[in-house]
Amino acid sequence: MTTATAGLTRLTASELAAALAAGEVSAAEATTAHLDRIATIDDRVGAFLHVDADGALAGARDVDDRRARGEALGPLAGVPLACKDVLTQRGVPTTAGSKILEGWRPPYDATVVARLRAGGVVILGKTNMDEFAMGSSTENSAYHPTHNPWDLDRVPGGSSGGSAAAVAAFEAPLAVGTDTGGSIRQPAALCGLVGVKPTYGGVSRYGLIAFSSSLDQAGPFARTVEDAALLHAVIAGHDPLDSTSIDAPVPPVVAAARRHDVAGMRVGVVRELAGEGYQSGVEQRFREAVDLLGRLGATVVEVSCPHFGYALPAYYLIAPSECSSNLARFDAMRYGLRVGDDGVAGVEEVMSATRAAGFGAEVKRRIILGTYALSSGYYDAYYGQAQKVRTLISRDFAAAYEQVDVLVSPTTPTTAFRLGERVDDPLAMYLADLATIPANLDGGAAMSLPCGVSPADGLPVGLQIMAPALADDRLYRVGGALEAAYVEQWGGPLATKGPPL
Amino acid sequence: MTFADAMARYAPVLGLETHVELGTASKMFCGCSTKFGAPPNTHVCPTCLGLPGSLPVTNETAIRFTVMIGLALQCEIAPWCRFARKNYFYPDMPKDFQISQYDEPLCTDGHLDVVVAGEAFRVEIERVHLEEDTGKTLHVGGATGRIHGATHSLVDYNRAGIPLVEIVTKPVAGTGAAAPEVARAYVTELRELLRTLGVSDVRMEQGSLRCDVNTSLMPVGATAYGTRTETKNVNSLRSVERAVRSEIERQAGLLDAGRRIVQETRHWHEDSGTTSAGRSKEQAEDYRYFPEPDLVPLAPTREWVEQLRAGLPELPAARRRRLADELGASAAELAAMGNAGVLGLVADTAAAGAPAAEARNFWLGYLLQKANEAGLDDPAELAITPAQVARVIVLVAAGILTATLARQVIDGVLAGEGDPDDVVATRGLQAVSDTDELGAAVDAAIDGQPAVAAKVRAGKVAAAGALVGAVMKATNGQANAAVVRQLILERLDGGG
Repeated sequence: MTTATAGLTRLTASELAAALAAGEVSAAEATTAHLDRIATIDDRVGAFLHVDADGALAGARDVDDRRARGEALGPLAGVPLACKDVLTQRGVPTTAGSKILEGWRPPYDATVVARLRAGGVVILGKTNMDEFAMGSSTENSAYHPTHNPWDLDRVPGGSSGGSAAAVAAFEAPLAVGTDTGGSIRQPAALCGLVGVKPTYGGVSRYGLIAFSSSLDQAGPFARTVEDAALLHAVIAGHDPLDSTSIDAPVPPVVAAARRHDVAGMRVGVVRELAGEGYQSGVEQRFREAVDLLGRLGATVVEVSCPHFGYALPAYYLIAPSECSSNLARFDAMRYGLRVGDDGVAGVEEVMSATRAAGFGAEVKRRIILGTYALSSGYYDAYYGQAQKVRTLISRDFAAAYEQVDVLVSPTTPTTAFRLGERVDDPLAMYLADLATIPANLDGGAAMSLPCGVSPADGLPVGLQIMAPALADDRLYRVGGALEAAYVEQWGGPLATKGPPL
Repeated sequence: MTFADAMARYAPVLGLETHVELGTASKMFCGCSTKFGAPPNTHVCPTCLGLPGSLPVTNETAIRFTVMIGLALQCEIAPWCRFARKNYFYPDMPKDFQISQYDEPLCTDGHLDVVVAGEAFRVEIERVHLEEDTGKTLHVGGATGRIHGATHSLVDYNRAGIPLVEIVTKPVAGTGAAAPEVARAYVTELRELLRTLGVSDVRMEQGSLRCDVNTSLMPVGATAYGTRTETKNVNSLRSVERAVRSEIERQAGLLDAGRRIVQETRHWHEDSGTTSAGRSKEQAEDYRYFPEPDLVPLAPTREWVEQLRAGLPELPAARRRRLADELGASAAELAAMGNAGVLGLVADTAAAGAPAAEARNFWLGYLLQKANEAGLDDPAELAITPAQVARVIVLVAAGILTATLARQVIDGVLAGEGDPDDVVATRGLQAVSDTDELGAAVDAAIDGQPAVAAKVRAGKVAAAGALVGAVMKATNGQANAAVVRQLILERLDGGG
């Protein structure tokens, strides 16, 4: 690896795209640089489940050819990206982090993948994740854990931990993740990145292997707000293949990210997302971020969302209920793992043996929870009640957004915890998503923005910014303005300030 | 236990669940073709195979068709409703849940009137809802094609995801001994209605219309319904009637013996005319229904529904009333045509230029016989059009065909030999009206039956029929009977 190409991995997506457009570097060179970086460090980080070197280089050369022919290319053409292994990519192994899908090569592209390809974005490979996106540490991957590039003994968060670690470790300038209860924002916070859960319905779910259909949403990881916006703009927009996709223009996220101005914006601090369980270092950085917003000209007020306290239990009924149905199809009949088919066993025995062998403990736990919650006689008490709570939480948001433009909170109660620390304590693990779940239940947009490192452990802290449905641009406006102020303080994005690997 | 014995002691209560595959070009939630008979697993895509990540998109034509069915059955149309997931594991169901409707059906509370032996029965409709069909499982290696004894099974997902409308009646009580006929008349009328709406090809033998019949008995005079059984695979109109009759006899026998009816699914066997026990429904399976999160709610606007209502074609009952007037048919003739399913065919034949009475005779006579011989539930499935039948009738009236020749022409059309005129030409079926040609045969008939000839000569003209018959026989039915009669009377008129 030459110094010149090694430097390519340090560029932001925006910088790299400019260099590509100017002809200073080819997509093939940029791709090779990132593939080399992966080859050098990923045995320690464990961000990837599958590196598609051949496919990535072919895609890069195609972009270079098109550029040479003078074709009009998208703003991210030739920029490499890491994709969470929960989105289908034609011909490329897709596992959702589960043994039950080991070896499956989808015959079709997810809409997000199709849009990345159409935009000339080079997909380096598929990133590690908690099995079927169920978890907050990526330790529920059936394959291997992923390590936080800030401290390899710590988790990168989850479930999109592989995507976060890949960007934090400079294996890719961009990544796509999915967020059902915080699975983009929480790992972004733990890895010092920008991560966005777009408005539900803003990005197509077609080809996203479903965990919880009414909550799942794909979104960007990046080291800067502008990069996240550029990726957001590529993958978002109406898709007739997803009935829940919103038929409305994509909010002007890139322009908002570049505005660097929050004067006159009204910011609400959510009273309920603080206090018990939140580390003091996290709260300190959060308070500083709120103060900074005030100094930048925003009006900051405290708002109350009284039902947010019920969000976590409601989520742990709705998401498992939907997953118990969504994951039924993994029955050994058509694809993936098949166990116990000895020519004698009946179909139900084979289904049962396959699911027993193919699903991990957390997935089974949630299938069982959800099956119970939907059972006749319990439906009203569990699923029905949880849906009512969901309505109340949406009303809290609606009332708050009458007073303010965005809401803020810490993204997570704590910084990255140690690998193994919470694996035997599911409830402790669930608490990692305490602050992120309400936005999923509501369907609005939310971002995690790096707001410094905790004085206690030197690990990144995330600021969560939330906005109403279809007002994703507000996240980028607030995030972009704050980031500009931080870059002045820190001398660069937080992601560039981590320890070298 | 005979049926009459059963009816003396018990009152039957029926319930009919009819599944109708809609005749949309594409499936319920994806763009795959619905065409019947394609090689296995060729009409499939990620969505109807339930591949990970795939999502459903609702077929708007299927929604329209379902609302049309609801309107034709006088149902209320829900202003807002959702699909639900019905969860259960089965290999022919790609997602291991079926997208269906549960407590929010698209159409509710309608009715369909039927007439049996001159008596009208109103069948109340509980609901009409939309769902997706499953794939088909083929059990290989066993003797019966059933799962027992099979070495392995194959699944064809071509059918998976085809839009399926389920029409459920409320309990049908008060029919007494007419229950089997009421069941048949209901399915017949429903099929006619669906065909008129153009929403399905309603072919029972291909499974595009499938019927499950719930049957229970209670002692005559009782009001509390008995335990019901659900008979599946009832795939012809005749079978609907037979299955109800058989199940009534079976249940009455058990009740008389002091035994209880087990709530269960029963399979209908066409060959033996009996049912056998299937899955017990004593422990109801928990389908864990919940609203389908991958689809947005359906919200048919009042305006759109009224537009559809205004655009409905003339429905069978109204059509029958109009045709009765137009065809000048008596109530009995009308009932005969209705029961045989030929009313529309007769009307179309008359409209194509045949006298109504002749059209009725052809369809209720030879053509119905051909349909029965071919095992067709529906004479409309015969490979002859009303226009072709009308042409045959016109040829008979013109003396070009005899009744016997007309049948041969129909046979030829059914055999795919072309239009009636083609068959007449290629088979050489013109009636013989040439007096010179017929003279010898007439003479032979008179010579052969001198006693009959003498009677005719003595003025008993009616006796000439025997001589005409002899000539027809001698000419293999090709002689024009009117011309033959004329020749006979001329020869025997005072001449001897």
